[in-house]
Amino acid sequence: MRYPHMIIALCALFIVSMSSAKIASAADGTEILKQRCASCHALKGPAAKTLAQLWQRKGPDLFYAGNKYNKTWVEAWLQNPKRIRPAGMFYRQHIKPGPKHDIVDKSTLKPHIILTKTEAKAVANALMKLKANSELTAKEKLVPGPSPIGEMMFDKIYGCMACHQIEPGYGGMSGPEVFTAAKRLQPAFMLSYIKNPQAWDPKIWMPNKHAPVDNIQQLVNYLIELSKEDFSDVK
Amino acid sequence: MLNKAPLCITIMLLLIPVTATSQEQARDNYETYCIQCHGIQGNGMGVNIRDMSVQPRDHTDAKAMSGRSDDELFKVIKEGGLSINKSVLMPPWGSTFTDNEIHDLVKYLRKLCKCKHGD
Repeated sequence: MRYPHMIIALCALFIVSMSSAKIASAADGTEILKQRCASCHALKGPAAKTLAQLWQRKGPDLFYAGNKYNKTWVEAWLQNPKRIRPAGMFYRQHIKPGPKHDIVDKSTLKPHIILTKTEAKAVANALMKLKANSELTAKEKLVPGPSPIGEMMFDKIYGCMACHQIEPGYGGMSGPEVFTAAKRLQPAFMLSYIKNPQAWDPKIWMPNKHAPVDNIQQLVNYLIELSKEDFSDVK
Repeated sequence: MLNKAPLCITIMLLLIPVTATSQEQARDNYETYCIQCHGIQGNGMGVNIRDMSVQPRDHTDAKAMSGRSDDELFKVIKEGGLSINKSVLMPPWGSTFTDNEIHDLVKYLRKLCKCKHGD
C-alpha cells in the first residue's frame, strides 16, 4: 500500500464528518426551537404565575412538551398545522361581541409556521427532551378500557363541553378541541392535567373539577375513543 | 429617627389606594375566567354559549342578581353551580381564586348589576 497514511487520514476525516453531522442533526431541532419557536412558546419554565404573564403567552408552553405530546403527532402537525384552539391561545384577545353572543374575531388569529419534514422531525426529537413536570406524570397510569359513561361525564356531569369542542364546530370555544386530544397528548398527561390543571399551569382558565380518580380514567378513555372517530365529513 | 421608620412605612402603606387595586384584580380575574361564558359585557352572552344546554347568568340583570345574597354568590363561585342547585356548567373556581379574590369578584358582580341583595 503506497499511501497508508492518506487512507487513514481520509477514514478519520470521514468518521469525524459523520459524527459532526450527527451532532448537527441532533442540535438542529433545539436550534430551530430557539430561533423560530421561542418568540411564541416558553422553552423554559415556570409557567405563568400572574395574569399579566398569562396574557403575554402566544402559544402553549413547551418546556414540558416531552411529557405532554405524542411525538408522531407533533412531527406530522408541524408539517401541516391546523388550529387546535378555536379562539386562539388566550381567547380574550380574539373575541368580540356578536349579534347573538360573543364571537371569535378570526382576523386576529395568525397561522402557525410550517416546517419541512426534516425540520419537523428534528424539532419533535428536541421537544421530547423537554421533560419538566415528570413528577406529575409519573404518578399517573391509564388503565385502558371501555368508557360507557365517559361521554356523559364529559358533557353532562362535569360540563367540559362548555369550553371544549367534542367534534368539529360543536362545543365551547375557549379551550382546545378535544376530539383530537388523544392523538396529540400522552395518556399520563391527560390524567394529570384533568386532575389538577393548576399544577401544570397555575393561572389557566380551566377549573379543577375535583373529579375522582376513577372518573378521570373514564374521561381519558372516552377521549381516546373519541379520537378514533372519523370527523372528516363534519364541517 | 430609627424608631419613626416603621411608623412612616405604615402611614405610606395606608395611603396606597387598596380599594382601587383590589377592584382592578377582580376585573382582571373576571375578564380572564368569567367572560368565556358570561360574556365580554357580562350579559351572559359569552363565546362558549352557543351549544350550552343552560345559558349563563346575565350579570347585568339587576332583578335576577338581586335575588342572590353575597354569600350565595361567593359559594357558587367557589364551589360551582351544583352547590346552590344550579347548573354544573358553572364550575367550582376554588382552586383558581383565593377567598379574598372571590370576595372581590362578588363586589365586582354588584357593580356589574348595579344592585345589591334584596333590591
